[in-house]
Amino acid sequence: MNPFADRERALFELERRIAELRTASADQPVVIASEIATLEAKYQEVLHDVYGSPTPWQKVHIARHPNRPTALEYIAAFDRFDELHGDRAYRDDQAVVGGLGLLRGRAVMAIGQQRGRDTKENLRRNFGMVAPEGYRKVQRLAHLATRFGVPMVTFVDTKGADPGIGSEERAQSEAIAQCLVAFTDATVPIVAVIIGEGGSGGALALAIADRVIMLENSTYSVASPEGCAAILWADATKAEEAASHLKLTAQDLLRFGIVDEIVPEPLGGANRDPATVVARVLDRVDAALSDLDRYASPTLLSARYEKYRRIGSSKRDSSPAGKR
Amino acid sequence: MPMPEWLHVRRAKDEERNTAQWSKCPECGEMLYRRDLAANLWVCSRCNHHFRMGAYDRISGIVDGDFAEIGADVQVGDPLSWTDRKSYPAKLAGDREKSGLSEGVVCGFGQIGGFEAGLGVMDFHFRGGTMGTVVGERIALLLEEGRSRAVPCIIFTASGGARMEEGMFALMQLAKATAAVTRFVNDGNLLITVLTDPTTGGVSASFAFQADVIVAEPGAMIGFAGRRVIEQTIRQKLPDRFQTAEFLLEKGHIDMVVERRRIKEMLVHLLGYAAKGAARRLHGVRA
Ligand SMILES: [Zn+2]
Repeated sequence: MNPFADRERALFELERRIAELRTASADQPVVIASEIATLEAKYQEVLHDVYGSPTPWQKVHIARHPNRPTALEYIAAFDRFDELHGDRAYRDDQAVVGGLGLLRGRAVMAIGQQRGRDTKENLRRNFGMVAPEGYRKVQRLAHLATRFGVPMVTFVDTKGADPGIGSEERAQSEAIAQCLVAFTDATVPIVAVIIGEGGSGGALALAIADRVIMLENSTYSVASPEGCAAILWADATKAEEAASHLKLTAQDLLRFGIVDEIVPEPLGGANRDPATVVARVLDRVDAALSDLDRYASPTLLSARYEKYRRIGSSKRDSSPAGKR
Repeated sequence: MPMPEWLHVRRAKDEERNTAQWSKCPECGEMLYRRDLAANLWVCSRCNHHFRMGAYDRISGIVDGDFAEIGADVQVGDPLSWTDRKSYPAKLAGDREKSGLSEGVVCGFGQIGGFEAGLGVMDFHFRGGTMGTVVGERIALLLEEGRSRAVPCIIFTASGGARMEEGMFALMQLAKATAAVTRFVNDGNLLITVLTDPTTGGVSASFAFQADVIVAEPGAMIGFAGRRVIEQTIRQKLPDRFQTAEFLLEKGHIDMVVERRRIKEMLVHLLGYAAKGAARRLHGVRA
């Protein structure tokens, strides 16, 4: 499944040998130092070979990497965070976390989809697939952000909204639809960061924003590649082909004007140096918020309207039938 | 009532296209003469199954007479230059030919029971009613025009969700439609949706469920995730009633289930209540 699996093993093997030599180098420092240098050069070469120019399908796997920083890793780097729980009606959906916090001294409402970092956590957090009560928590926090007058920062990381029976019974469509309204209506600045996988309406529910920042290897698409292949060709195994059609990379979406900026990742993905990536992202969020601070709410709202109104506007001729 | 010119032209084209005289009811298996079926608003005379209905047939049964279409000239794009088994423009051309429609929704203005209203009607026969940039753009134009005229808008939905071949541009139409709904509603205007078979994915997760009053046709499949996706996820078969209009009514997701032959009458009542309440209704919640 993971297109990197074999070659990643080769990398791990090189890493292991370099580490071994380092511990052994006390005995024969000179000889071993040159051997380490050779291995390190080899390591960089393999690294470039493996990750140098990932295909869209490879990016999907980098975006889903189990060690890629999740929403809570970003939030943990805030000065302070106080989690707020629940939808006030049914349950606290742990596939999405949110609360008030301080980011570089600025009060913000942070909301993020949270996938698990291991199997046990994944079960508790439903792999970051949010249920209706989770989206209702998000709506509540969006309204609360407006009540407090603090900007919203969202971390998007989901394959898509939860597709279970219970979610349908509790009106998943309505929950997402009203999230879209809550973000469209929020009178405070919104910055969304696509930190991993952004899948369909379930991702967009947290991503209507004044600035959309995307990590270099994150993906954002109308449906997951598996979902798209199932819809178009009734065959989820054609996901790789779907990934190449969907134009789901950060570079594609920047070109389309759907995201505003890309945060670079180390070679091989954010999982190879999470702390650096987290700091880099929070710097960009901070800069975006400082910029948005300059605008009064009515200006923000009309700019937000125009931005989404324009995306994918088709050319129109001037015949009276099309006049409005 | 004389048949309006716009419909006369549409009907002639329809008759050339639909050479088959008979349709089989997918519910009860009855063979139905198409002309009778059309006269019965595409409802099976034996079992009351509601067939999927063409947009112009639907419009002619809802408006009093004239219908001034808007956004018909919004042009089809191919933002991703998509080609799989066929190119996307070739798929669109095929559906235009087959359905006689320029895209998946028809929007415009007319009188309904004497009340001026905006009307948008989606049609499943065009790429499964999927929402791409043209559908999003036409819905936004309808609501913007409805807002400037300060009249209620009614949207009939029929959709398999966002259109894959337009990728993220299709997903962004959820945001576009939401932006237009929000401005329209915040100004105090009334939005009614009528959910028809099927209403799923990006359309159900945006304007379909953002309306003030939500009506559905009997038996319509309505939900976020498709049935197949859920069955694959839970690895078991779903009960037949799951995601039907009646199921959603019972769960409290929609206001009412109304038979097709009663829908216009119901819309006129709803528009009537709004007209009577107009003086006290809050306008311009936020400019
Ligand atoms: Zn029948």
